[in-house]
Amino acid sequence: MWMIGPIGFSAPLLLLGLSVLPILWLLLRAVPPAPVKRRFPGVALLLGLTDAESQADKTPWWLLLLRLLAVAALILGFAGPVLNPTESKGGAGDLVIALDGSWAGAPSWRAQMDRVDTLLTEAAANDRRVAIINLSALPVGGLPFASPNEWQNKLANVQPQPWQPSADTSAWIATLSGRFETYWMSDGIDWDGRDALLAAFETHGAVRIFQSPRSTFGLRPARFEDGEIIVSAVRTPIGAAATVPVTAVGLDPSDVERQLQTIDLAFNAGEAVAETALVLPSELRNRVTRFEITGQRSAAAVSLTDDALKRREVALIAGSDNREGLNLLSPLHYLREALAPTADLIDGTLEDILLANPDVIVLADVAGVTSLENNGLIKWVNDGGLLLRFAGPQLATSDIGRASEDPLLPVRLRAGGRSVGGAMSWGEPKALAPFAEDSPFFGLPVPEDVTVTSQVMAQPDPTLASRVIAQLADGTPLVTRKSLGQGQVVLVHVTANAEWTTLPLSGLFVQMLERLAVSTRPALSDATILEGYTWLPRDMLDGFGDLQDASALAGVDGAVLAGGQAGPNLRPGLYAGPDQQIAINVIDQDTTLSVAAWPARIPVEGLGTAQETALKGWLLAGAMALLLIDILASLAIGGRLRGPQADAVALLLAAMLIAPDAQAQTNDKTAIAAAANVVLAHVLTGDKETDDIAAAGLLGISRTLFQRTSIEPAKPMSVDLETDELTFFPFLYWPITTDQPLPSAAAYSKLNRYLHTGGMILFDTRDADQASFGSGSPEGRKLQAIARGLDIPALEPIPSDHVLTRTFYLLQDFPGRYNSRDIWVEAAPFNAELAEGMPFRNLNDGVTPVVIGGNDWARAWAIDANGNRMFPVGRGTAGERQREFALRFGVNLIMYVLTGNYKSDQVHVPALLDRLGQ
Amino acid sequence: MTSPLDLRSQAETAASPLPALLAGAEHLATTVLLGDHGRRRAGMGDTFWQYRNAQTGDDLRSIDWRRSARADSNFVADKEWQIAQSVTLWVDQSASMAFGSDANLPSKSNRARTIALATAILLIRGGERVGLTGDQLPPRRGEAQISKLANVLSQDETTDYGTPDTTGMLPRSRALFVSDFMGHIDALETALLKAADLGVRGVMLQILDPQEETFPFNGRTIFQSMSGSLQHETLQAGELRNRYLERLAERKDRLTHLARTTGWQFHTHHTDTPATSALLWLYQALTRSI
Repeated sequence: MWMIGPIGFSAPLLLLGLSVLPILWLLLRAVPPAPVKRRFPGVALLLGLTDAESQADKTPWWLLLLRLLAVAALILGFAGPVLNPTESKGGAGDLVIALDGSWAGAPSWRAQMDRVDTLLTEAAANDRRVAIINLSALPVGGLPFASPNEWQNKLANVQPQPWQPSADTSAWIATLSGRFETYWMSDGIDWDGRDALLAAFETHGAVRIFQSPRSTFGLRPARFEDGEIIVSAVRTPIGAAATVPVTAVGLDPSDVERQLQTIDLAFNAGEAVAETALVLPSELRNRVTRFEITGQRSAAAVSLTDDALKRREVALIAGSDNREGLNLLSPLHYLREALAPTADLIDGTLEDILLANPDVIVLADVAGVTSLENNGLIKWVNDGGLLLRFAGPQLATSDIGRASEDPLLPVRLRAGGRSVGGAMSWGEPKALAPFAEDSPFFGLPVPEDVTVTSQVMAQPDPTLASRVIAQLADGTPLVTRKSLGQGQVVLVHVTANAEWTTLPLSGLFVQMLERLAVSTRPALSDATILEGYTWLPRDMLDGFGDLQDASALAGVDGAVLAGGQAGPNLRPGLYAGPDQQIAINVIDQDTTLSVAAWPARIPVEGLGTAQETALKGWLLAGAMALLLIDILASLAIGGRLRGPQADAVALLLAAMLIAPDAQAQTNDKTAIAAAANVVLAHVLTGDKETDDIAAAGLLGISRTLFQRTSIEPAKPMSVDLETDELTFFPFLYWPITTDQPLPSAAAYSKLNRYLHTGGMILFDTRDADQASFGSGSPEGRKLQAIARGLDIPALEPIPSDHVLTRTFYLLQDFPGRYNSRDIWVEAAPFNAELAEGMPFRNLNDGVTPVVIGGNDWARAWAIDANGNRMFPVGRGTAGERQREFALRFGVNLIMYVLTGNYKSDQVHVPALLDRLGQ
Repeated sequence: MTSPLDLRSQAETAASPLPALLAGAEHLATTVLLGDHGRRRAGMGDTFWQYRNAQTGDDLRSIDWRRSARADSNFVADKEWQIAQSVTLWVDQSASMAFGSDANLPSKSNRARTIALATAILLIRGGERVGLTGDQLPPRRGEAQISKLANVLSQDETTDYGTPDTTGMLPRSRALFVSDFMGHIDALETALLKAADLGVRGVMLQILDPQEETFPFNGRTIFQSMSGSLQHETLQAGELRNRYLERLAERKDRLTHLARTTGWQFHTHHTDTPATSALLWLYQALTRSI
């Protein structure tokens, strides 16, 4: 290899060819360009004319230069130039490549693997045995020596782990033996035990470190403080001020993962930790599943959130009481105190609260609710709500749940309840019994001083035993629970204030609420809550920070979870327990990061290798390009680029250059034109005749609208479902042909979005003369096939009081070219009622997204360029009248599209009644 | 020896341009309204010209009795003198006329034939007799002559440049020469002088391609005539442009001058302009001279 600077040549002798270039110059200069032969009758007039210059036309110098450059590029190309040819490091004996293999290496993992690959290639050239070990997942047994080629095949299996190498590696060090050289790929982060390992490797041979300086960020778990989410991160090395974007990711209402919020986390110069507060609406906050540093691909840049961030919405409702102002006696006071730090509290009437759909509704001493509220509550519980009821004087005196079990009470109640240990009764106040093993409260310590003096009593019942989850020392139920649908109903048989019991005064009250998932866990440190359960891993983080399904992994004991440090035994990720989720993150609240420093005796190399690049291809391609330019230039000089044929070529070239831009411009123009005016549109079916008629029909109805109403539509447009944007059009006319293709999935989602966001489509099967709706006409079947992918609500034949009958004209028929009454629209809500004294039902909600019929309206509306009707409708005057009604239907329809249910408003009823002559 | 099949297919090929040529010419001819072809004086004819007093020598049969009954003297109804004129056509069929610079433009010969045939149709409809120079197709009247004309006109010649043939011209008849007049001017001059001697007056229509008028060439070029017999090589085609245009102008001047001395009319038509304009000019020029 012969080198000039960074470029080496594999066949340098060929470069001698460059010396012929000057000769080539002279040769090329001597030869004039070849003549063009032209047939030309005018030659008779040319005979005898001589050229003014006796010398031949010379090839211009720039064309010569172009050709010489092309030839020079060819010569250079064949000489085999290579940029940055690699040199071997040499070396002999066994080689160990040790990787830190932690999350910190994930962002540069590709570079590390490339470097390892290069090292393996070298080792193969030098015939060395190699062992690759990941220090974060140490191999069992000795060093796995193998041939470099074998390792190259297995290299894809070496992956970074979402934790740091273990601090205690003495046992593994003891298994090392023999002499070997060590290449150590460091992630650049310091960890305990690194020095010990380095010393151990040095006893076996030379050590060489590969480490690239780069900044590493770690995102700490977000925590909730005073209504704000505190997001913080650590970094290393500590340098100048820097800003990293942090994204909150969560599921949107349609269960699609989205970036919910992005904030910038600013590190001040010289500071290792940055912190910022994020305020999110609780609805949004509860959706956050993780925070991640944008652009950092590592497990430390992802911080999963668990219930600690979630704030349940709890509605508190007390029975009506007339003891205003006595706060400490208020049934809700203690609940409010217990829940306020960890939940969002909602006040209001039960009816309003049900609309807000909270997680928990607490009814403190509420005896009866109206039947409407009762139904709403049952439905809400069935859908997964938690209804927590407290007893009290009102519940005790009422007779709900006496004769039969009330759906909203877990047990039947005995009349009156009981009092113990009071001034007027015998016995001592009762203490609580320890919680049974199957109770959700199992494991909570029972304080001595919690006593109960009064309670409501459960009717003995076969199901009672299974429903008790807490009881008094004498065995009477204190807390009972039953499930109802997906939700549950819990009754605490005492009051929520201190009137009947001291329970609300104790810490047990708060813990019990937590266990019932009424409030959420304040912090992980509370080991008592975690212990006693096996927690199932749900989603696990890998070293790159991607979430993996973990259903195949074994559960983890709560005690391990309480330790909280991620490692091989406790993989970072999301763990699910009873009614709760706990996130284990790579970085916890007090992790700090520091740069790995190496002793001066150890050589440290960067990861980057100058890539060996063969330049041959580029040079040859360049030569070809130059020769192509030469062809064009020669043609231009020889006069062949002008003349009739050449014009066409030039035009074609220009068109090819301009075309894409023109396309984009047309799109923009179309969008602007469509958005600037009301524009009716029809769907292109691919059948030219149908499309033309649809366009002509829309033109006709647009003109009618212009003449008769204040709607002044612009020229109608044609819409290709696959490529065009639908947002701009309030209304689409869709004629059905038997051979049109079904829309693609993307087009369907576009159409559904269009229908959901207020667009309307008029489907026209155009076959009402021979088939009725839903019958098996070919168009009908095609419509069914098309509509299968659309989100179309339940339909009904258009009722006689539909808004379409009176948005502009008063109509009862909706003819087109055919006069069928089979028009289908979205079904009215079942509870629509005939208003008192009105001819119409109250249909104030919902504009139908589709109108389906087969009356071939486009043909009835169609006009040609001169404004003449294109198709006859019916015969004679009756036909013209039918056309008039077809136009009126069009006007009504577009009015309906643009004004919605405006005409359904009762305000218009007197005027309508007047016009109807009633 | 030619087999009947070959002959048939050649005949078909030869005949195929005929209907198109005829149709094109007919189409063109309908754009011009037939004018009055009377001699503007009394003579033999069909249409009424004037009443005049009967003179001695007038045949008794020629007296218009109805007119005479209203007056005291006798009147004779004169008819307008209508006599057919013979028009001889010469359309250049040579190879140089086959030139068309652009696929979208008709070749010169195509345009020449269309215009000539359209003129012939007009003239025949007007009652004139039309024929070709030479002894191939002497002037006749009637629709049959049109298809014969078309037949002869669609034959190509292989010579580079055509020279007009003055044989078969009737004395005091009219003539129409259609060509690019790129060939030897002397031959043309001789032909014209001979025609003038016979008392033949007529019209010369020069048909040129736009490329011949503009000479849009550059660079080293070899120009060849259509059959390849003439050729001229230049190293700088662009340099020749002005001198070529000068020569072309000179040629037109010469033709105009020739026309003026012999009482003919001269006009240049380009194939990129509509044929109608040339036809209108021809029609007027011919009616003036007939």
